Amino acid sequence: MQLRYEVSGADLSLAGKASTEVKRALGRLGVNPGAIKRAAVSMYEAEMNMVIHGGGGIAIAELSPDRIVVTMEDTGPGIPDLELAMQEGYSTAPEWIRELGFGAGMGLPNIKRNADDLRIESVVGKGTKVTIIIDFNGFGGAQV
Amino acid sequence: MKVRDIVSELDGVLLTGEDLLDVDIKAACGADLMSDVMAFVKENVVLLTGLVNPQSIRTADLMDIRVVVYVRGKAVPKDMIAEAERNGMAIMTTKYSMFLACGRLYEAGIRDGGTRESR
Repeated sequence: MQLRYEVSGADLSLAGKASTEVKRALGRLGVNPGAIKRAAVSMYEAEMNMVIHGGGGIAIAELSPDRIVVTMEDTGPGIPDLELAMQEGYSTAPEWIRELGFGAGMGLPNIKRNADDLRIESVVGKGTKVTIIIDFNGFGGAQV
Repeated sequence: MKVRDIVSELDGVLLTGEDLLDVDIKAACGADLMSDVMAFVKENVVLLTGLVNPQSIRTADLMDIRVVVYVRGKAVPKDMIAEAERNGMAIMTTKYSMFLACGRLYEAGIRDGGTRESR
């Protein structure tokens, strides 16, 4: 099953909706709660990143019996220094994003903590593609 | 502690979630930064926050947090109340500040245990 969402970079009131819908779908499929939470957190952080930095984009969730693969692709400015972006606390988000409760440099580290696999392909000036894989039996359902 | 006791300890106003009043809550998390909520909350807690926007409802929902308290007497827009209702959550407001709201719940017996230690 594939779920596809256009994530708006302009309407902040919608940010997080795609992740909420994917969480519901995983719940209906009877996936274990720990894996659902890891998928939900990872996708939500990536969705917020795409809204904050990428100007919106396309989110695709591919669901199979044993795992979910989420790809989030934007045509934003790209990530110049990926190693720095992965550091907890490092952020380039503008001040107004902090008013949304995000932008403190926790997004990518939070995804890494929850995903079984995280791949980031980014080209400065062209965009960023984030791929998140959650194995439903990967962590034994426990969040770390 | 039951949700109804939280309402009473905080002199709170319940905006939706009457059916959750008898749910038992053992731990709490106070945060305005939603990424911290996602990084540190482990199990069902009551979330106390000053962040009044749809992302606070969505973060709570994604983390299976069923009870949210908005501190400092903030007004909660109708569409947020509706979203919380659809999600089957209870939300309330309290006039107390974050510090005092957390302090009152701690004094009433709510402890940690719902969040992980920082490394």
